[in-house]
Amino acid sequence: MTLSTADQLISFRLKNVDGTTVSPEELAEAKALAVIFWCNHCPYVRAWEDRVAALQREYADRGVQFVLINSNDAKKYPGDSYEQMQARAKEKAYPYPYLIDESQEVARSYGATRTPEVFLFDEARTLRYHGAPDDNADDPKAVTRQYLRDAIDALLGGAAPATSETAPQGCTIKWR
Amino acid sequence: MEIELLYWEECPSHDEASRRLDAVLEEEGVTARIRRIHVGTDEEAVARGFPGSPTIKVAGRDIQPEGAEQSPPGLTCRLYILEDGRPSPLPSREMIRRAVRAAAGELEQSGPRS
Repeated sequence: MTLSTADQLISFRLKNVDGTTVSPEELAEAKALAVIFWCNHCPYVRAWEDRVAALQREYADRGVQFVLINSNDAKKYPGDSYEQMQARAKEKAYPYPYLIDESQEVARSYGATRTPEVFLFDEARTLRYHGAPDDNADDPKAVTRQYLRDAIDALLGGAAPATSETAPQGCTIKWR
Repeated sequence: MEIELLYWEECPSHDEASRRLDAVLEEEGVTARIRRIHVGTDEEAVARGFPGSPTIKVAGRDIQPEGAEQSPPGLTCRLYILEDGRPSPLPSREMIRRAVRAAAGELEQSGPRS
């Protein structure tokens, strides 16, 4: 079952592409924390990749932190292996941790089904937005609703996001 | 003209791809027989050389053959590289249009078919 808005963040400790491990508790100072299920191979991820990175860079000095998690089965999709994650993060200079969820337990505990799929938590780590980054994966110029940006702005302004839930658009998580 | 639209229902882009294909055919005034084929298993994907959903073949030719060649067959969403270099889960209308025009031109050159 997917986390619902008002649910609390579920903690995890996962290996980052730099070899360290990362948990949300280490990011306690973040005023907003987005846990985003991600991968390498999915064209939806690729289409949103630069936009999501730009958003992180824009909001980094305002206490907003993104954490990307890849839960895909790398045996079926070798492009999503840890080594390929490292390569992609380096190539695109990812401004956030990119973690591997080899057991797929984190994706299952969140009820995540797609990549990308955003879970945005507020300072108290309550879920405030779940869904897609915006309303148009295919064409950045045709975006009319910037769900993630608007939700972050609302949280930083001390308000509840006007939209708390949208349907995630993307590839299915590749389960074992 | 024979067109195949191969798709995997778990990937959400095939409906929009189908709409784009229909729109291009209408704009170009081309009558085509479109076969919409669901690929539902890994074995079927391999057998068909299915590089991901959606895949459009116009007169037997993939509309972005270089992309198809680089993607191993399997049940996944397909990555298209658009004219401006952007990655996309969907082929552009222009990509479809070029393939339709090329096939129409070849049909014209080959003359009426019996």
